[in-house]
Amino acid sequence: MSLSPNLRIDFPALDQHVGGKPLVYLDNGATTQKPRSVIDALARFYERDNSNVHRGLHALSMRATDGYEAARARASKFINAADPAEIIFTRGTTESVNLVAQSWGNAHLKPGDVILTTEMEHHSNLVPWQQLALRTGATLKYVPVTGPDAEHGLDLDALDKLLTPQVKLFAFTHLSNTLGILNDAALLCAKARAVGALTLIDAAQSIGHEPIDVQALGCDFMAFSGHKMAGPTGIGVLYGKRALLNAMPPYETGGGMVVSVTYEGATWKPSPERFEAGTPNVADAIGLHAAFDYLDALGRPAISAHDHALAMKACAALSELPGIRILGPKPGQPRGGLVSFAFAEAHAHDVVTFADQDGIALRGGHHCNQPLMRKLGLSSTTRASFYVYNTEEEIEILVKSMRRILKFFAGT
Amino acid sequence: MSDLTDLYQSVILDHNKRPRNRGKPPTANRVATGDNPSCGDNCTVFLHLDAAHRIDAIGFEGSGCAISQAATSLMTTQVKGKTAAEAEALFNEFKEIVTTGNAPEEISDLAAFAGVHAFPARIKCATLGWHATLEALKQPPSA
Repeated sequence: MSLSPNLRIDFPALDQHVGGKPLVYLDNGATTQKPRSVIDALARFYERDNSNVHRGLHALSMRATDGYEAARARASKFINAADPAEIIFTRGTTESVNLVAQSWGNAHLKPGDVILTTEMEHHSNLVPWQQLALRTGATLKYVPVTGPDAEHGLDLDALDKLLTPQVKLFAFTHLSNTLGILNDAALLCAKARAVGALTLIDAAQSIGHEPIDVQALGCDFMAFSGHKMAGPTGIGVLYGKRALLNAMPPYETGGGMVVSVTYEGATWKPSPERFEAGTPNVADAIGLHAAFDYLDALGRPAISAHDHALAMKACAALSELPGIRILGPKPGQPRGGLVSFAFAEAHAHDVVTFADQDGIALRGGHHCNQPLMRKLGLSSTTRASFYVYNTEEEIEILVKSMRRILKFFAGT
Repeated sequence: MSDLTDLYQSVILDHNKRPRNRGKPPTANRVATGDNPSCGDNCTVFLHLDAAHRIDAIGFEGSGCAISQAATSLMTTQVKGKTAAEAEALFNEFKEIVTTGNAPEEISDLAAFAGVHAFPARIKCATLGWHATLEALKQPPSA
């Protein structure tokens, strides 16, 4: 079971030249390209069905409502949620995490409670918990990463010591956007559950790459974005167990989420409407539906195998370069679909600018992981992140470009 | 697309490899740090003014790309002996160079940064150290 190289033609944006060279798009950890079916779904909605949802009685409104709710049901199926009411549409991972921090966190946390997260989190799964701790008097603790290049991942012995009955929530990333480490989410959820803590998985980097079943993982919440899984920007999902969501106060209030309003007060609908005040992002939810379909047609086990194999091949090839430091798993060890690295001789910004001249799109910087970078003694790295349309030939182009850069800076 | 040799001129590569005025001068009593939050680069500038309010000592620390390191290094050599107003005037000329690519003849080594204008994302790299210097000049001297 493997992906067809012909699928590149499904992605119109890949068919272009940058700096006179064919585009080699390796910035998929930031956002992926979109297949024609997603672009068409967006256009079709605006051309035929555009209307507001839930309140209209006319034909277009009914079509828009059906499309929006079908997208919810499809999202539920994609992650094997127990019920579509467990799917809340948000702007993306960041809003999903903030929703839990504001709604669940404000209502349930008090001084003495512990929020647990890890040292490998993206700022979006770190700063909301810092702020929640400040608001409530709860304490934020971090599961450490181990190894000089964080290659050993989370310290599970330390986790066992940190998991006390005071821990109310354990929020962790499924796939680190800087290290390429894929955490054993089912194991981490089981450990948290054993002390009565809820779990939130940041699946931003894994959702489009790995088979995901929230019931098998046993998480209480999951957050992800559409645009990192071939879907549109501006749409994402918060998954939450239904009983939890229905016990949570609203995040934002306004139209669409109320049962009854008087001049004195209001009552709330259950999830998901409770958390979707105002006109939702109907078009992008429908575009996301097309992305779910596209990825499942390729097959997620095949996507996962493809992306892991490319990242491992890139890691092995890059490790031959002089003065390179690769973060996360060592060559030969399994890794998720990305690799980030630093050169002694050339700064990530210079590397990315050079690579751009070779038509290669990379990411250079701290990847919204400032505390982790500081711990590892780095200010920035260069990251190559892979997706379904990337090829082994593109890794050769990448390595050749990196050699040219090193030669340029070493020769000065 | 502009050629990379326009961006990475030999003056820039030289200052990147062998930065001038790296570190804190012993007499420095004013300090400011500039951060580039989008990439994590930072630059701390230390300086001292003489009795005539001219910069008589300046140095910098921090990490960054070749453009930011070289621009900061070159800047320290160019502002020495200048007053705050003169340094700011020179910065305005430098900003003009990196945003338009037009450099007047008499401006010497700073003209090496003209190539930056073709790479708008890198302008903030070239100006990071300058911003820290102007900020340091506004700080009250420490005892």
